Formats: sequence, C-alpha cells, structure tokens
Amino acid sequence: MSNKEQQQAYAEKIKPLQPKPPYFMNCLKAFLVGGFICIIGEALQKFYMTYFNFNEQTAGNPTAATLILISALLTGIGVYDKIGQFGGAGSAVPVTGFANAVTSAALEHKSEGIVLGIATNLFKLAGAVIVFGAVSAYIFGMIRYAFKILM
Amino acid sequence: MKLLGRQTWKFGDEVYLNSTGTAAGPMESEGPLGAMFDVKYNDLHCNEKNWELAERRLMEDSIESCLKKAKLKNEDINFFLAGDLLNQVVTANYAARTNEIPFLGVFGACSTSMESLAVGAALVDGGYAKRVVAAVSSHNATAERQFRYPTEYGGQKPDTATFTVTGAGAALVSSEPSSIKITAATIGKVKDFGIKDPFDMGSAMAPAAADTIAAHLKETGNDPDYYDLIVTGDLSAVGAPIVKMLLSERGVDISKNHRDCGLMVYRPDQEVFAGGSGCACSAVVTYGHLVKELQSGHLKRILVVATGALLNPTMIQQKESIPTIAHGVVLESTKGGHN
Repeated sequence: MSNKEQQQAYAEKIKPLQPKPPYFMNCLKAFLVGGFICIIGEALQKFYMTYFNFNEQTAGNPTAATLILISALLTGIGVYDKIGQFGGAGSAVPVTGFANAVTSAALEHKSEGIVLGIATNLFKLAGAVIVFGAVSAYIFGMIRYAFKILM
Repeated sequence: MKLLGRQTWKFGDEVYLNSTGTAAGPMESEGPLGAMFDVKYNDLHCNEKNWELAERRLMEDSIESCLKKAKLKNEDINFFLAGDLLNQVVTANYAARTNEIPFLGVFGACSTSMESLAVGAALVDGGYAKRVVAAVSSHNATAERQFRYPTEYGGQKPDTATFTVTGAGAALVSSEPSSIKITAATIGKVKDFGIKDPFDMGSAMAPAAADTIAAHLKETGNDPDYYDLIVTGDLSAVGAPIVKMLLSERGVDISKNHRDCGLMVYRPDQEVFAGGSGCACSAVVTYGHLVKELQSGHLKRILVVATGALLNPTMIQQKESIPTIAHGVVLESTKGGHN
C-alpha cells in the first residue's frame, strides 16, 4: 500500500486533471432554487391566512404540510432528484428536502415489505436531521432557560 | 510455462471467444453503441417488479442470447463464472440457480468482466473445462441503492461522479476455433493512493489501471502500439487523462490508442457526469461492440483492462480509502492471417 507522502504526491499531481467544482454557480443556483421554494411557501402562507381561518403563527403548519405533500409527489414521479442535482443545497435545506429524503427511502425499500422495508428505512437519511434537531433544541432551550433565570 | 513474469498468463493456441451476449437498459440503448446490443429495454425496470429482479433479467438475457448465437444449451457448458456489484454477488447466484451450470462466483467490482473472462480462459487452456460462460451485470438503481443513496434522493453529485451502466454481458470461452482468440491475461494488484471520495472513482482507479498496463507490457515485451486499442473499463473523463499521465511518467505512451468504455457507452450530451461505470460498462462495450470489430477484422488485437473500485460504504464511513484493481485480457482477431 502507498504511504502518506505518496498519497499526497498523487493528490497534488492529479489536481490539474480534475474538474473544479463550480462553487459560484452552485451557490447561485442554490440561492435561486431555495428562494423559489420559499416564495411558494410565502404564497401558501398568505393563501391560508386569506382564505382560511389561520393567523401568521398558525399558518406555518398547513404551509409546511402542503410543501411536504408537493415534494413527496415530485419525488414519486421522479422529478425532485433532478431539481436536487440542479439546486443542491437550495432544494436540500428547506422542508421539501427533508420530505424528499423520507419519501425516496420509502420508495427505495418498498420491495422489502411495509414493516421491514418502508417502516425500518423511512428515516435512514432523515434520521440524523431528527436526532440533531432534537439534541440542539434541548441544548439551546436549556441555555435560554438559564439566561431567563439569571436575568 | 504459461506464466510470463509474475502476473501474466500466456494462453496456448486453443482458447477462443466463441460468442457473446449483451443486454442493456434505456440510456445505454440510446447511446452511440445502442445498435450493437442484443437485448434492449426502454424501461429501467426491464418489465420486472423491482430493481434487483431487473438486473437479474439483464444477466439472464445476456447469457441466453450468448448461448443462442452459439447454438448451445445450458447443459453444454461446464462452468459458469459470474459476478456483479451487489452484496454476495446475488445477481450471479440467482442466475446460476436458473441455469444450473456448475458455478463459481467472482467479485472484482467493475473489473469482474475481465476477471471472469481471464479465469475462464485459464480453465479452458488448462484443460479443466471445454466450455465456460463468463458473465457480469450492473444496474444503475441497484448500485445507487447499495453504494450511495435511494434512487429518487435529491442529493447533488459532483462532475467527477460516474453513472452506473444498466446492462449485462456474457461471453462463451472454449477450445473450439472461432474468429477471436484469447491470447493473454494480466492479473492486477490492488492499488490505493488514498482517494476516499466515492464520487471520484476515476482518480482512485487510474493507478491500478496504469500498474496493470505497465506490468502487462513489460512481461509480454510488447510495445503499446502492438495493440490496435488499449481499452480501460470505466476510468471516465477524470481517470482517462490520469492513467495516460501515470504511464507516460513510466515512459509508456498509450495516448494514441487508448479508449475508455465509460466514455464510449454514452453520448457526450447524455447526462452521465464524468461517464459510465459498473461491471456492465466494460462488458457491454467489449462484448457488444469491440468483439464485432474483431470478428470483422477491423481491429486485429486489443488489450481490455477492466478497472474496479473495491468500494464498500461501511469502510468509507470508517474513513478508509478506496482500494482499486484492474485486470487485462488480450483479444486477437483470427481474420487476415495475423500472427
């Protein structure tokens, strides 16, 4: 096996032959796609506030649910992975990305049955988001609580 | 002695590639070599219920068309050597359950195509078999699910990523004369230059390909231009220039006659990132296209070096790098009295 120096020399040597990631274009596309998803979210929120009995706080729930539904449908018909390849973080970070991670895992493991396939693997990708979401919510909640007592 | 140097087999006069069969998925069938494939599907499911069954269908189709062309039945074959990319080489195992030919499973990731062909040729040359069928398969969706993410997951891939070829290739090797002779094979060493990115297998595999090509040329005493083509398996647009650079550092120039199956199987405008990969990549190009060129005499002599990234997702998560390997087989046309 090659040693550390050989590995570093190889990495240096092949650098000019490797395509450079288009960071700027990726950021721009992520901004546009992520922004577009947020515009849809904003419009949905206004829709629920105008035509249904929701206020600014409570309209968030039906808005997120609708975005999740749209994302799941787009995943099912094979479109969301193409949006993801174009938009990168722009389509991965919003709630639609979370819905895509869950739905794609469910679709993938459908062939192994409902219990051991879909249910077991549903949060295979999204599980980490839930774990770190819960842990960080707890930590920041405690910090906020500590400040409240001290202030 | 049939051994040249340390790692090259020189076969006798009686080892032939008699027939081949190929099956391909939709993207491959639309590609520049689409007309060359025996069985084509316009749907990734290949009329099956799930991806794994689809891959099995492809492998069984390729074997069936290979034997049909040679007018042989499963009972006429002594051994079936096959492999694929899935855990426990399941596609090969279940294809062997169907055809009931005495079976040896082989795994060398994407190098399995030439690994199975080389071992098959050695069995025939050694008198341990009259007829051997060597087959491999890969499927884009089964490979994605096993090595990366669910098919419909919207993660962004870099330009260095490769696209697993959906297809299968089978070859019949025997001592009965045909228009293609298998004359030599070089078994590769595992090489690892510390590449850890499963989305950059071209960079990882290029040193293995360079090592096998250099060893082959040294041990056979041939110059690169002794071959009409030196074809690598799936180095893609990233690995192909690297292997040429690594070999030119050793004073070997293959820039004139080098091709890469990963760049031959798709059109440049098909969205496949850096190019094709997978066991089927070298198999469908070699057994579908190059074999026809040899049969017609357009090509006299080629060296096919199938490259394999011995990638395991668990090992990658444990921060290991990707070991790689490459095996080369020499195919010669018997047309035109070439020596």
